Amino acid sequence: MTEQFVLFPDPPPPDLVRTLDLSGYAWTATNTATDLSDVEPDSGWTGAIVSADADPEKAWAICRELRKRDVPVEPLLLLVNGSQLEELQARDELFDDFMISPFHPRELEARLRHLLWRVGRGVRPDVIEYGPLSLNLETYQAQVSGHPLDLTFMEYELLKFLASHPGKVFTRETLLNRVWGYEYYGGARTVDVHVRRLRAKLGEEHAHMIQTLRSVGYKLGQSRW
Amino acid sequence: MDAGVERQNEYVLRAVEERHVKLIRLWFTDVLGQLKSVAISPAELETAFEEGVHFDGSAIDGFSRIQESDVLALPDPSTFEMIPWADGGSTGRMFCNIQNHNGTPFDGDPRHVLKRNLDRARTAGYSFFTAPEMEFFYFADGDTRTPPEPLDSGSFYDLTTSDVASDLRRQTLSVLEAMGIPVEYSFHEDSPSQHEIDLRYTDALTMADQIMTFRLVVRELALERGKFASFMPKPLQGVQGSGMHLHLSLFGEHGNAFHEQDAAYSLSPTGRKFAAGLLVHAREITAVTNQLVNSYKRLVTGFEAPTWVSWAQNNRSALVRVPITKSDKPSSTRIEYRSPDPACNPYLAFSVILAAGMAGIEGNYDLPDETTENLFELSHADAGKLGVQPLPASLAEALDVMEGSELVQEALGDHIFEWFLRNKRSEWRDYKTAVSQWEIDRYLPSW
Repeated sequence: MTEQFVLFPDPPPPDLVRTLDLSGYAWTATNTATDLSDVEPDSGWTGAIVSADADPEKAWAICRELRKRDVPVEPLLLLVNGSQLEELQARDELFDDFMISPFHPRELEARLRHLLWRVGRGVRPDVIEYGPLSLNLETYQAQVSGHPLDLTFMEYELLKFLASHPGKVFTRETLLNRVWGYEYYGGARTVDVHVRRLRAKLGEEHAHMIQTLRSVGYKLGQSRW
Repeated sequence: MDAGVERQNEYVLRAVEERHVKLIRLWFTDVLGQLKSVAISPAELETAFEEGVHFDGSAIDGFSRIQESDVLALPDPSTFEMIPWADGGSTGRMFCNIQNHNGTPFDGDPRHVLKRNLDRARTAGYSFFTAPEMEFFYFADGDTRTPPEPLDSGSFYDLTTSDVASDLRRQTLSVLEAMGIPVEYSFHEDSPSQHEIDLRYTDALTMADQIMTFRLVVRELALERGKFASFMPKPLQGVQGSGMHLHLSLFGEHGNAFHEQDAAYSLSPTGRKFAAGLLVHAREITAVTNQLVNSYKRLVTGFEAPTWVSWAQNNRSALVRVPITKSDKPSSTRIEYRSPDPACNPYLAFSVILAAGMAGIEGNYDLPDETTENLFELSHADAGKLGVQPLPASLAEALDVMEGSELVQEALGDHIFEWFLRNKRSEWRDYKTAVSQWEIDRYLPSW
């Protein structure tokens, strides 16, 4: 089952996107709730994360629309900044939980896990598998053909990101933004360096799992669909 | 502590637990480029991340200070790797940043010196990438009482699959790759028992860490088989010594700052200025890139090592080269600096090389015409006509030039600059007062 969150606004806050990507959650960003049905996955939306920071009025409106649907989108997690706490009064029905921005990525992960558990959606799988590769998201351990892969943190994060989206091609810039974060200063060259290092650790037999698409970027394996 | 570092620490703590790590080696480098290590148990790791590990710096070359010598080693979680050959694979290692007790970076820490120089370049919009060609010898043993004995008499690109050295090199490659140090090429070099392993480019800080790891891996694996590996620049008289040619590039917001499609040799104005900076300051930085008395026995005519300060696109006798690259690969335009040897301190060598290149960019230096003559056959008189200067011919000369260099002083910082000069002057004095076998052979019979 793929988790698919609705995010508001579009584009969503970069730190939110990065945390979701690194946690292996998929998402769709929107500025309006009206055309959401067209892109809704068959299994329905996993939940919604609405950031009220930039445009609070529109954010409340979106929350209301998400709640008014025949099948309300829940859980709904609201992101507010410290000065907006008072605005939450009398809006309790609009959200299931809230967090203050800027947030700690691990707190967001933990809250989402808890919210999903509360609404009865199974927690996301804690293992990502692709072919001989498996990544245990709980223990941070990676294996290929049953042998442990000793990765540095960034190598692990990059492999996790690629393995969470098999077959999808990412440009170096996208990988840099999503895996390293916007603040990282090192340029797209950093991505090449890490891919080469990952291939070295995967070993000759499995190095080809990560493919280079000339002038485009990188992908891991083939899409499942 | 920011969230990024916290996550990284947590990742390492978890890896240590999951992989049943029994010992964690905290690595750092003294001013001379020797790897140092403090070992801690997993139980101490969390505290080490938070508070650092306290040790007495007075035992470390270049760390001693007059008043207080206690420093802290703070492990850098992004460098955590398992050491595959040690203790059945239950040992991990991390490089450390060295701090004073008040939390400020310690000036005697070469890794900090490099970070400071990289930050400077970063402020100007550049990230510095390097790729070294590591040359070294395998010998039968490390006994200094007898002349070093090569393991084979093979030469360039020899494919002698049966010999111990090739096996060793193969095993070394697989350990390097497992530790996340990708290898570009490896082959038997020109001299007997001499090998070359070219590492794939990465950012200069990671590369300096990788060179420290590389030297240890090569030596440890040789020792495991009862052999001895050496990075001494000129261990055998009469054959080529071991160099560490460096491929250099700067990457900015728009990719490779050295590349320009239609320019001569695809070298951009920025690249030309950087090369000019290397040439102008080459003599000043040589004591750091070639820091041993023995280094200067490699930098002599006749053995494929540069002796003159010059550049050319394709002239193996030049100090600076601009290697030919495939026209469809803008990222591979680079500058090759050919004097350094593998016995340097990579953190300090990268620092002064970057400072020299950046001085060229910031000072708008003009790159002179390339020198296409074969400089291996150049006399001093010819050199004068061509306007090329010799590299320092000895450690003493190199130190003299370095001592007058503001650029080197600023790049290294006062602490290391002064300590290095003092230490190396004393090394030169020891050498000068030693009477060599050559002198005995040459003079005793006749005088």
